[in-house]
Amino acid sequence: MIARIFATASSELHIARRNRWVLIAVLLMVVFSVVLSAAGSAPTGALGADRLSVVVASLTSLSVYLVPLVALLMSFDAVAGEVERGTLPLLLTYPVARWEVLAGKLVAHTAILVVAIAAGYGAAAVLTMFADSAATSGLASLWRLTWTSVLLGATFLGIGYALSSLARRVSGAAGLAIGLWLGLVVLYDLGLLAAVVADNGGGFTTKVFPLALLANPADAFRLFNLTASQAAQAAAGVGGAAYAVPLWQSLLSVAVWPLISLGLAAMAFRRVEP
Amino acid sequence: MKDRLMTSTLMISHLTKTFEGVKALTDVSLSVASGERVALLGHNGAGKSTLMKVILGLISADHGEVSVCGAAPGNAAAREHVAYLPENAAFHPALTGLEQITYYMRLRNEAASGAMDLLDRVGLAHAAKRRIGTYSKGMRQRVGLAQALIGHPRLLVLDEPTSGLDPVSRRDFYALLDGLAADGAAILLSSHALTEVEARTDKLLILSGGKMVAEGSLPELRREAALPVSMQLHAINGYDTDIMKAFPAAIRANGVLQLACSQDEKLATLARISKLHSKLADVEVIPPSLEDIYSHFSRRDGQ
Repeated sequence: MIARIFATASSELHIARRNRWVLIAVLLMVVFSVVLSAAGSAPTGALGADRLSVVVASLTSLSVYLVPLVALLMSFDAVAGEVERGTLPLLLTYPVARWEVLAGKLVAHTAILVVAIAAGYGAAAVLTMFADSAATSGLASLWRLTWTSVLLGATFLGIGYALSSLARRVSGAAGLAIGLWLGLVVLYDLGLLAAVVADNGGGFTTKVFPLALLANPADAFRLFNLTASQAAQAAAGVGGAAYAVPLWQSLLSVAVWPLISLGLAAMAFRRVEP
Repeated sequence: MKDRLMTSTLMISHLTKTFEGVKALTDVSLSVASGERVALLGHNGAGKSTLMKVILGLISADHGEVSVCGAAPGNAAAREHVAYLPENAAFHPALTGLEQITYYMRLRNEAASGAMDLLDRVGLAHAAKRRIGTYSKGMRQRVGLAQALIGHPRLLVLDEPTSGLDPVSRRDFYALLDGLAADGAAILLSSHALTEVEARTDKLLILSGGKMVAEGSLPELRREAALPVSMQLHAINGYDTDIMKAFPAAIRANGVLQLACSQDEKLATLARISKLHSKLADVEVIPPSLEDIYSHFSRRDGQ
């Protein structure tokens, strides 16, 4: 079982390397992280926090967009691509379970995400600590951001596999992935903000709003990181509501979402008839 | 018969499969024994690929029983022993032939060190480290063949294995199959045409419109079809009319007299012809071709 999962993972790594996905993911993360760490160090004095904690708050806002995007870009092709190329029927006649195939892809794609995230955050941390030697006190927040980013990535990898299985065509899967990314990461927050403004401190804001934030893996990720590093004041928008939700709840959402999305992916893949 | 059923690697009885009301397979029964090479013939859409996908467990049957190496199709135990070569075998274009075969070997728990030998066996060693995206159709077909040889499959299911292969490669391919069958593998391969299988198989099955319309060895099918034998009589100049008188049914075309008779009448007709030997320059006897026999069976159901 483990051997078959790693066989798939190593094959997927070859493919990702040749298709430049590794390079693209690493470059995206490094470029944006470095730009943010350079630009985000301006308000340090006013807040009285160390520079790295502030950079982590900025990186959190960045990762909410970037990590799901990179994860979806790597995963939308996973099943639909096999169907369209005609490679799936042959693969499924091998003595390998469908979930093992998905697990292999997950291992490879997660490994690429880990490399990209480590490179991006690492570059930001090195730059920041170079500028401010007191910044080492923010390393705990950075570590928290790193492992939660990997979990967020895994969640969206699972979502990508599920969409890929449902669409069965690469173009359809790509459209679904972009649509879902826009919906969950951009429009969802805008919708919530509009509802909160319209509600003006009523029942929606106190009861539904926190649950709505926890239900979205991207929002839960942002809440958890901002609450834990007590950097909510440095964040704008929906993130500003972080203190309203207890830490354990956002942690639970961050931890459970990968399981849910990968479970959905496995179910969707089982229903694909080659 | 009972003994044969016991040793059959593949057993199918009364298999029926319907796609959204359209019958793809109707009451199909067949068996392939260990060491037996069976060709499955039929037009496009006759149900060959559907039948193969049922055997592989990729799609499920509506009715009937299928047993693959004593297990249900698609079951993990069955998949251990079955190799498949899909029609137009496709692989990820970014992988090299060697990486692709290595991957498949690892999935079958075989030592990946044998990947190069396997590629060498199908004549691909020189291109092993090139991406499959740069391969020709024939080379991709060879990668497909190489992966079907991994381990020691007890049943090989080959969907149009010779399409895209040149005649020499085709002969090599059949030589490879002979070796596998001699080692006890059961082989089921499909083709559009009887000429493609070159009669290098032990049994022929003809599917038409999802039904099994014929089953047997080539001589058996020839006998069953009982197609007329055609004869061409080349008369010595001026004797045409004499011969036409002796064989009123003959037709004159391109200066040759054409005559047809049933298999049973063949010797008697030849005896009558030989009596006219002084008036004939030559006689040719043309048995029904493989294509004629195939068309006879595959068109029986109004196709």
